[in-house]
Amino acid sequence: MTADSQKTARLVALFLLGWLLFNFPMLSLFSLNRLVFGIPSLYLYIFGVWVFIILSAALVTRITEQKASDHR
Amino acid sequence: MLETATILFFSFGYMGFLFAIAYFGDKHAEMGRSIVGNPYIYALSMAVYCTAWTFYGSVGRAVRDGPGFLTIYIGPTLMAALGWLVLRKIIRISKIHHITSIADFIGSRYGKSTILGGVVTVIAVLGIVPYIALQLKAISTSYLVIKEYPEIVMPRNFAKVPVFQDTAFYVSVLLAVFSILFGTRHLETTERHEGMVAAIAFECVVKLIAFISIGTFITYSLYDGFGDLFEKARAVPEFRRLLIMEDRTGAYIDWGIYIFLSMTAIIFLPRQFHVAVVENINEDHLNKAIWLFPLYLLAINIFVLPVALGGLLEFPRGTVDADTFVLTLPMALHQEGLALLAYIGGTSAATGMVIVETVALSTMICNELVMPVLLRLPFPRVSQWGDMSGVLLGIRRSGIALLLLLGYTYFRFIGEYYPLVSTGLVSFAAVAQFAPAILGGIFWKRSTRLGALWGMVAGFLVWAYTLFLPSLVQTGLLSSGFVTEGPWGIALLRPFQLFGLEGFNNVAHAVFWSMFVNVGGYIGVSLFTQPSPMEHTQAALFVDVFKSPEEFTWRRTASVPDLKSLLERFLGEQRTRELLSHYADSRRLDWEKSLTADDDLISYAEKLLSGAIGSASARVMVASVVKEESLGIEEVMNILDETRQVIIYSKELERTTSELKAANERLKELDRLKDEFISTVTHELRTPLTSVRSIAEILQDTEDLDPDQHRQFLGIIIKESERLTRLINQVLDFQKMESGRMEWQIQEVDLHEVVSDAVSRTEQLVRDKGAAVRIHQPEAPMPKIPGDVDRLIQVMLNLISNAVKFCDEDRGRIDITLSHGIEKVRVDVEDNGIGISPEQQERIFDKFHQIRNVNKARPSGSGLGLSITRRIVEHHGGTIRVKSEPGTGSTFSFELPIQKASDAE
Repeated sequence: MTADSQKTARLVALFLLGWLLFNFPMLSLFSLNRLVFGIPSLYLYIFGVWVFIILSAALVTRITEQKASDHR
Repeated sequence: MLETATILFFSFGYMGFLFAIAYFGDKHAEMGRSIVGNPYIYALSMAVYCTAWTFYGSVGRAVRDGPGFLTIYIGPTLMAALGWLVLRKIIRISKIHHITSIADFIGSRYGKSTILGGVVTVIAVLGIVPYIALQLKAISTSYLVIKEYPEIVMPRNFAKVPVFQDTAFYVSVLLAVFSILFGTRHLETTERHEGMVAAIAFECVVKLIAFISIGTFITYSLYDGFGDLFEKARAVPEFRRLLIMEDRTGAYIDWGIYIFLSMTAIIFLPRQFHVAVVENINEDHLNKAIWLFPLYLLAINIFVLPVALGGLLEFPRGTVDADTFVLTLPMALHQEGLALLAYIGGTSAATGMVIVETVALSTMICNELVMPVLLRLPFPRVSQWGDMSGVLLGIRRSGIALLLLLGYTYFRFIGEYYPLVSTGLVSFAAVAQFAPAILGGIFWKRSTRLGALWGMVAGFLVWAYTLFLPSLVQTGLLSSGFVTEGPWGIALLRPFQLFGLEGFNNVAHAVFWSMFVNVGGYIGVSLFTQPSPMEHTQAALFVDVFKSPEEFTWRRTASVPDLKSLLERFLGEQRTRELLSHYADSRRLDWEKSLTADDDLISYAEKLLSGAIGSASARVMVASVVKEESLGIEEVMNILDETRQVIIYSKELERTTSELKAANERLKELDRLKDEFISTVTHELRTPLTSVRSIAEILQDTEDLDPDQHRQFLGIIIKESERLTRLINQVLDFQKMESGRMEWQIQEVDLHEVVSDAVSRTEQLVRDKGAAVRIHQPEAPMPKIPGDVDRLIQVMLNLISNAVKFCDEDRGRIDITLSHGIEKVRVDVEDNGIGISPEQQERIFDKFHQIRNVNKARPSGSGLGLSITRRIVEHHGGTIRVKSEPGTGSTFSFELPIQKASDAE
C-alpha cells in the first residue's frame, strides 16, 4: 500500500466516521434539554465532533506530508 | 456619526481597496512572484462559500430552525475529508485537460460533448441567478438598515426605491467592473486570476473578523460569556426548542439530506469549482486546505447561536427581522464601529461571492453556449475570422454584465418575497444535479453521455417543478392553488408533496425526488446505451488519470503554420509564440523547421485552446485545421487490422519455428537411425561372411576331407551366401522404399494365388523345421485386388518365414486364413510358436527391431523383414497388426482394400 492510498483510505474512513457521528441516531442521544459546561449539549457535541474531525484530518495529512518530504 | 456619507465612504473605500489588492496580485503574478501560491490563501479563497447568506442568513435560520443551519457547514467539513479522493482527482484531470469550468468538465468527460456543456451552463445560470440576487438583496437591505441609524427600521418594498437611488444598483455596477477588470483582463489558457483570488482571500478574512468581533462583543459584553447567555435563553420556554433537534418525523432525514446537499455544493457550485479546481496552483495545497477550510467554517459558526439568542432576547418579538440581527444588534447597542464592521463584513461576503460566481459563469456562457453556436453558424463563417481573443473577451465581459443585470432584475421583482435562507438552498439543489454526472464520471468508465444528459435534465426538471415553480406562487405569477391543491387539482402532483411524499422540508423533498430521477436516469440510460469511441477515450483518461500519465495518441497531422495561426487568433500572437517555444524547449524540438505537426503538438494546441474556449469548441476548431481527424471508424479499424496482421504474422512465425524444430528433431532421429542401420547391416553382413570364410579356410587347409563332409561344408557356404544375397536385397528394397524410388507394378492380383505361391516357395524351409502349413479359404472365389504381385509374395514369404522361425521344432503348425468383406480382403497367419510379449508387439514393425530370443544368443534375421512387410502393406493402402500371447503363439493379420483408395504415389 502506497503512502498515498493509505492517506486516502484514512481520510475516507474519517469521512464515514464523521457521517455517522453527525447523523441520526448519534445526534438524538445529545438532543437533550440541558446545559453541559454552560453550553447546550447538542451544540457541545456537534462542535466537539467538528473539532475532532479537523484535528484528525490535520494529523493524517501532516503525517503523510512529512513522510513525503522525507522521501525527497 | 454614522451618516450616509460615512457609510458610502466606507462602502466604496472598501471596494477601492479590493481593486488595489487585485491589481497588486495581478502585477505580482505577471512578474512571476505569486502572492496566492500557498495553501493558506487557497484555503481562505475556498471560504468564498460563506456568502451574505452565511453572514446574515445563518442567524435568521438559527432563529427559525435551531441547529439546522449547521448542516450547511458540516457537509463541506465532511467533503473536505473526501477531498483527497474526489477533489484531487478533479484537479488533476482539469489540469491535464485544461478544463476551466464545471460545464467544461462534464462536457469533456462525456466525449467533449457540446450539448452536455450547454445543458450544464443553462442549469447553472438558472440555478445561480437567484443566488446572485440574494447577495444584492443583502447589500441593499443592510444599507437601508444601517442608513436609518440610530433608528432600527425594517426596510419594506425595495421595488419602490428608484433604481438610481438604490445602492444595490451601484454595487452591481461596481461588481461588474471589478469582475470584468480582474476576471477577464486577458485570455489565459489556464483561466487563473491571481489578483481576484487575492481579493477574495482578503474578503474572507474581513468577514470572519467582522462576525467574530460582533459575536464576541455580544457574548462577553452584553452577556457574561456563553453560560450566562444560554442560561438566560433557556429561561424563556419558547427559545428552548432552538437548542435541540426539531421534534418532527423526518427532521433527521432533512438533516442528512442537507448535509448531502452542502457536500455537493462545496465542489459543484460554479464558484467553488473555480476557486478549488481552476485557481488551484499546486495539488499539495489540498493537504492543508483539508483541515484549514473546515476550521474556518467552524470559526464563523461559533457565534451564530449566541447572536441569534442575543437578538431574540434583545428585541421585542417580531419587530426586527432575524436576518438582520448581525447588523441591528450593534446598532441597538450603539456600537457604531461594530455596526460599520458588520456592514462591511456582510458586503464583503456578498461581493466575494458575486465576483467569483459571475466570472465562473461567464466563462461557461462564453465557452459552452456562445462559442459553440458561433462556430456552427453557417454564416458568417466565424471560424474564418481573424483575431478571436478580443471577441472572446467581449463575450465574457458581456456575460458578466448580463449576469449582474439578471441578478439585479430578479432581486427587484422577485427577491423581496423570499427570505435569504431558502434561495441559497434552492441554488444548492440545482447544482446538486451535477453530482451524479461528475462523481460517476471520474469513477465509472461505463457511464455514457446520454446517461449524464438524461439524468441531469430529468433531475433539473424535477427541481424546477418542486422548487422553482412554487417560488413563483409567492410573487403572484402562479395561483396559490398550484401548491396547495396541485396542478388541475391533482393532489398527487402537489409540488411540495409530490406523489404524496410528506413530512419532508420543501428542499429536502425536492432533493430526494430530483436525485432519485437523476441517479436513476444516469445509471439506467448509461447501461442501455453504447459510448462512442470519443467517450471511451475520455472516460479512460478521466477515470484512470492517476494510472497512466501518458495519453492516447491519435494519428493526426496538421500543418504547423495552420495550427499556429489558429492559436494566434484565440490567444494572441505573443502568447502563442511563448507557448509554442516553451513546448519546443521542453521536447528539444526545432518546430520552426518542421512543417507538419504531429499528434502530440496537435493535442497540446487543443488543450491550450480548451483553456480559452472550452474543450468542445476547441475540438471543433482544431478539427478544422487537422488534415484528417482520425476518429473515423475506418481509421480505427485499420489500426485494429494492422495489429491483427502483426499478431497473425507472429503466430505464423511461431508455428514455422516449431515446425522447424520438429523437422530438426526428426533429422537428428533419422541420423541416429542411419547410424544404427549401418552398424546393424555391417554386423549382419559380417556374420555370414565370417562363416563362409572360415569354412573356405578349412576346405583349403584340410586336403583329406571325406566327400560327405566336403559337400556339407559347401552346402553351408551356399546357404550363407544366399543369406547374404537376401540381406543385401532386403537392404536395397528397404532403401528404395524409404527414398520412394521403388517401382511398383500394379495389376489385378488374386490373393489366393499369392498365398499358394509363397507357401510352395517356403516348402523346403517349412519341411526342414518339421512344421506344417495349412491354407483356409472361403468357398466363393476371393475378389481380386489391385497390387504388385512380387511384393505381396514377399509379404507372405516374410510372414511365413517369420512364423517358421519361432516355431518349435517338429511341432510347428502354421494356419493361413483368407477372408473378405465388401471393402477389404484379409489374411491371417497363425502359428503356435513362442509368442511375442505385449511390449515387443508395439515395436515389432520398427526397422532393425529384432526379437531377442532368450534361448539363442544371436538374433536371426536382419530385423528389416517385418518393417518391409509393413511398408508394402501400407503402400497398398492396407493395415497390418499382430495379436499374440507369449507361449501360445502369434497371429499376424493384414487387410488390403479391394478398391484402392488412391493410386500408388
